[in-house]
Amino acid sequence: MATISTEMSGPNTRECKTTGLPVCLDAQFFIRANAVMAVVFLLLGGIAAVSIALTRWPAVHLLDAEWFYRLLTFHGINMLIFWILFMEIGILYFACTSLLKTPLFSRSVAWGSFGLMVLGSVMTDYIILSGEADVMMTSYLPLLAHPLFYLGIILFAVGALIGVFNFFATVFVAWKGKRYGETMPLVAFGALTAAIIAVVALLHGAIALVPTFTFAMGWTAEPDAMWYRLIWWGLGHQSQQVNVAAMVSVWYLLSYWTCGAKVINETVSRGAFVLYILFINIASAHHLLVDPGVGASWKIWNTSYAMYLAVLASLIHGFTIPAGMEVGMRIKGYTKGLFNWLWNAPWRNPGFSAFFLSLVIFGFIGGITGVTLGTQQINITAHNTLRIPGHFHATVVGGTSLAFMGLTYYVVPLLFQREYSFRWLARIQPYVFAGGIVMMSLGMSFAGSDGVARRTWDIDAAGVYGATSHLMLAVLGIGGVLAFTGLMIYVLLTVYAVFLGKSNEGSAMEDWGTPRDIVHVGDVDPEKIGKDGNAPGTMVLVMVLLLSFVVYYFANWKALADLWFVR
Amino acid sequence: MTIQSPPQDWFHWPRGHERLWIGMALVWCMIMFVMMPYWHFNGKQNSTGESYSVEPQEFVDRTLRFAEDNKVGEFKGVPIAEPPPGGDAYLLGRMWNWYPVLKLRKGETYRLHISSADLQHGFSLQPMNMNFQVMPGYDHVLTLTPTSTGEFTIVCNEFCGAGHHMMIGKILVE
Ligand code: HEM
Ligand SMILES: [Cu+2]
Ligand SMILES: [Cu+2]
Repeated sequence: MATISTEMSGPNTRECKTTGLPVCLDAQFFIRANAVMAVVFLLLGGIAAVSIALTRWPAVHLLDAEWFYRLLTFHGINMLIFWILFMEIGILYFACTSLLKTPLFSRSVAWGSFGLMVLGSVMTDYIILSGEADVMMTSYLPLLAHPLFYLGIILFAVGALIGVFNFFATVFVAWKGKRYGETMPLVAFGALTAAIIAVVALLHGAIALVPTFTFAMGWTAEPDAMWYRLIWWGLGHQSQQVNVAAMVSVWYLLSYWTCGAKVINETVSRGAFVLYILFINIASAHHLLVDPGVGASWKIWNTSYAMYLAVLASLIHGFTIPAGMEVGMRIKGYTKGLFNWLWNAPWRNPGFSAFFLSLVIFGFIGGITGVTLGTQQINITAHNTLRIPGHFHATVVGGTSLAFMGLTYYVVPLLFQREYSFRWLARIQPYVFAGGIVMMSLGMSFAGSDGVARRTWDIDAAGVYGATSHLMLAVLGIGGVLAFTGLMIYVLLTVYAVFLGKSNEGSAMEDWGTPRDIVHVGDVDPEKIGKDGNAPGTMVLVMVLLLSFVVYYFANWKALADLWFVR
Repeated sequence: MTIQSPPQDWFHWPRGHERLWIGMALVWCMIMFVMMPYWHFNGKQNSTGESYSVEPQEFVDRTLRFAEDNKVGEFKGVPIAEPPPGGDAYLLGRMWNWYPVLKLRKGETYRLHISSADLQHGFSLQPMNMNFQVMPGYDHVLTLTPTSTGEFTIVCNEFCGAGHHMMIGKILVE
């Protein structure tokens, strides 16, 4: 192992010419490596995505049944696990080195992590494509895949865990030496939150998948199918909480880089992150709301812990982030009216538009549908219908993935030290992707409300779905193609920039466009803005959110009340 | 700001709009919680998860016996079974069909036992759009009261292998 140097200067570091942050060259290397792998898996998952979206559009019905189920398995795993986790390990390395002014703890540990993740993901993908694992990413027992399918995921998870360990070790060194000052910066604190939850998630994954692997090998008895669901969703759900924490951290980062956002109140923002750690409900509960084996009080308690404090945390960030941006913009001089700060935001900067669209899609579609569908009784009308993918494509795709795309528009110039070409395309990319995902998510949600099942190759055999369902599935298909177009623009531009982009070594990156400071008009005191916790424009926005939430929530209870009686 | 260490006096209680919003959000979260126990006692649609452990083969036998004892006709080669009002009904999910076809009466209450002979399945009643998980080894009891009449279709909405999308069943309500 390389000797651990604790000096954040010298041959192994450089200073970022744009942000002034120190860059650890080891970390930079592994951030690049992880980001490249992430984009590769996004591309693979994306090709599968457009194929299955075009299959669910009945008028096109692209794939045959076998390949639909195969590529659906492939899509879920490559996107939700590989793309997201490679990206997150990169984000963790950035947060613990540059933000905490500390070199990466260990190169060899980072190699071990990266190697296992690559090995595991390639193994799993190979097995899926060879047709030995048509089991969906959840691989619910007694469905059984080839043992290497589980082994691949286990190796990948262990690799990710090792990367998280490298992060913790670096944070520890930084904390011991007080290298970042007295208090950890907010974005790093958010990353720490994500890392802590990731450990819990990955341990659940091991507990569920190791016995399943040994069973598949014929070494041990079959684990109970209900037990498997409970533990598997401990992985499946907590990792969504990891994604939320990572995405929120990226929001804080991008809002600062693109429009100088402030933190209105460090206590509140940090407190909300702590709520994520403490109150992710017995994570699996809202996936088992219509299951046998667990009773009503278990379901009600564990899906909410009596007051939905993890949801509260997201509602808090949903205020503090736009409010921080509003305050930052007002300090720059955009003080007119309620929304002058918003209209003057850098809408042509893909880092900004990706961040803001991600915030809106996550909040208005993903968040509202998620909490509503995760309500114990309302889940009767949603479980395993297309409403569920409709919900999570607004959280983990329109939310997390889009935020990560926005981040890339800064990572490539700052850490690959290469500039994007075809900049006009990059400027529209977040809108294309967001538009496609919103369309697809709505198509899924409405088809699901009509009873159309998820994970189903053909809906006509049932003979119960009419014109509305077919129309909504067409919306899904068209939205899917649009989203795929946005995804491909992102992948191609990024690959081009990384390999052929103009180098910016030795100078600052080309500005994507950030709002200028303008002269304050009237008698505002820039020093005072935001100090009183006020952000009037944001207050209006969150009131609209709350109102939409209340309407959607009670409309769902109303629809439930019309159904057959059941206990 | 968000990426620098904050100044030393960073601990502040929330103020102004921020405090107002946190208060409103907290109240809303509590309302959402209260709705669930409220509906559990006062609502008519609940998923209580009542279930008993059962060997898959044993459940198959019970369902076959039920279908034989209560047979009132046939629907495309599948027996139609009509349980007595207030009585037990059995529905078996297996790759890739639902057995038998059930005939129920509007306004009567039945104890519907659902389970699987092999993989996990999804009981999805259409066009009502009511969905429950079907697990091998678990006798999942739904205390069900149809409130409308007609021909209803059971779609499987948990992936259960190559023929998953063809797994269709029927419930007829008079
Ligand atoms: C171009 C973008 C995308 C398109 C067009 C797309 C489309 C789809 C479609 C059509 C389904 C199948 C729904 C069903 O029949 O059950 C699906 C499932 C899914 N998607 Fe995507 N998706 C995209 C991006 C993503 C991303 C970026 C992620 C994760 C970060 C993701 C995660 C998932 C997951 C987890 C499933 C469920 C798989 C399963 O049921 O096992 N998708 N997607
Ligand atoms: Cu979940
Ligand atoms: Cu099925």
